[in-house]
Amino acid sequence: MTTAPAKAGWRFRQPSVIPGFGLTLGFSLAYLTLIILIPLSGLIWRSAALGWTDFWAIATDRRTINALEISFGTAFIAAAVNVVFGTIVAWVLVRYNFPGRRIVDAMVDLPFALPTAVAGIALTTLYAPNGWLGSLLAPLGIKVAYTPLGIVIALIFIGLPFVVRTVQPIMEEIDKEVEEVAATLGANRFQTIARVLLPGLAPAIVTGFALAFARGVGEYGSVIFIAGNLPYKSEIAPLLIVIRLEEYNYAAATAIAAIMLALSFVMLLVINLVQTWSRKRYG
Amino acid sequence: MADPEIKSYAPHHESQSAAVTESRPAKAVLMIVTFAFLGIFLLLPLIVVFNEAFARGLSAYTEALTSPDTRSAIHLTLLVAAISVPLNIVFGISAAWAIAKFEFKGKAFLTTLIDLPFSVSPVISGLVYVLLFGAQGLFGAWLKAHGIVILFAVPGIVLATIFVTFPFVARELIPLMQEQGNGDEEAALSLGANGWQAFWYVTLPNVKWGLLYGVLLCNARAMGEFGAVSVVSGHIRGLTNTMPLHVEILYNEYNAAAAFAVASLLAGLALVTLVLKTLLEMRYGAEIAATRGH
Repeated sequence: MTTAPAKAGWRFRQPSVIPGFGLTLGFSLAYLTLIILIPLSGLIWRSAALGWTDFWAIATDRRTINALEISFGTAFIAAAVNVVFGTIVAWVLVRYNFPGRRIVDAMVDLPFALPTAVAGIALTTLYAPNGWLGSLLAPLGIKVAYTPLGIVIALIFIGLPFVVRTVQPIMEEIDKEVEEVAATLGANRFQTIARVLLPGLAPAIVTGFALAFARGVGEYGSVIFIAGNLPYKSEIAPLLIVIRLEEYNYAAATAIAAIMLALSFVMLLVINLVQTWSRKRYG
Repeated sequence: MADPEIKSYAPHHESQSAAVTESRPAKAVLMIVTFAFLGIFLLLPLIVVFNEAFARGLSAYTEALTSPDTRSAIHLTLLVAAISVPLNIVFGISAAWAIAKFEFKGKAFLTTLIDLPFSVSPVISGLVYVLLFGAQGLFGAWLKAHGIVILFAVPGIVLATIFVTFPFVARELIPLMQEQGNGDEEAALSLGANGWQAFWYVTLPNVKWGLLYGVLLCNARAMGEFGAVSVVSGHIRGLTNTMPLHVEILYNEYNAAAAFAVASLLAGLALVTLVLKTLLEMRYGAEIAATRGH
């Protein structure tokens, strides 16, 4: 350890006159350990106990690979759609004044508050071939419900507030003078937005994308109703975990869960690096 | 509308010159895109819920809501929320006190760990308890020998709910209490208050609206959780069915009207949550932490 010189001054905590540190930290750590850490390490321990050959067999099973591809692919598309529309929604909410703005703003949080199962059956009814939107899309040959497109629709619903609520506060802080300067220097409005404002918003947009994507990958309730759940075609990874559990195939359920956790972790790490990079570049 | 928020925005908008705002057509296009997108993705699903719930008339609606299975589902959902939300409140306050009031090593890491449940799939949140307490689980044999039932029973549902709602109160209180600093508590202590008194009479009143905000979100998720609860519940009708699980069962039995009737209660809960949340943001925006949205 290279902390030797600081050792004399090393303190676990800074002194304070406020009481209750031991009690509150002790309780918090105990609760965190019991509810979160022990159960999660149980999952890691179980998947490690599987052994490499078994783990590899489950991981390379066609059905597992397809389910992971569908989960990560649809979550990626939905998050990308939300980046475009979420940023537009945030812009309109921050910059334009219109009657009912407050209500529209509050509505954006609906996917946070509405139970996922309710969203799932409502979206399915809406996009079913005889539903309000499904019957409009059917003559065009577009099938949404019971296809991967339905999964994307559900994940757009779930992910929207993550993008809007991450981008909105940063937009509110934009100094208008920057735009005035750009305009004075001869930039037209499009140039100002594309080359002055958007780079400053990039870290927030990337964060919003990451949050929506991470949520979408693990989403279950809103997806299973609309997805159709055909193995290899529209079966998401969380559903495959549930199916394996119902077959009492704990090994497979554990392995798929471990792969999902690892992949999400890697994704978040990559996105974190991109964020740090864009902050340095445009910060 | 007598909206203080809009009023405070007014100078912002008045100062807009042509150079720093979009042209009228561009503005119109952006507004139309926003309304169309939110209308299709947020408003229509909400309307569908209530439309389908009342599709077969009011008597069918009340009949669906008063059936014994629905009533026991409502009961269980309220019970689970009544246990898991207070536990997470105690944890949230305790973690916020330790993290916001003190400087110690590993604080950032602890804060990250508290957010962990948000990045785990709900299904995995349920799965981890199956691996611990299930028949083939780590403690499965021991629990069976001692006649303790956790899985496919209320304790398992409560545990899974606590897991998924774990961060809500803490992540609302931590930034708020950090922002407020220790000055008030130090003053109270120097005037002779003990730690409990400082907390009860000084800290708690300072953070009450932020706490309520966190509890609101925690409760909405606790009552609406589906994935995690679905894995641990066993779907036993009248016994381990929460409202969201009951919605699923009714829907899969092609009893759409009843499914949407129960769903309309949950949608109503979501709307009440949104209204209260918006009121809190309008009235006490400054007394709720700067972190929004979640």
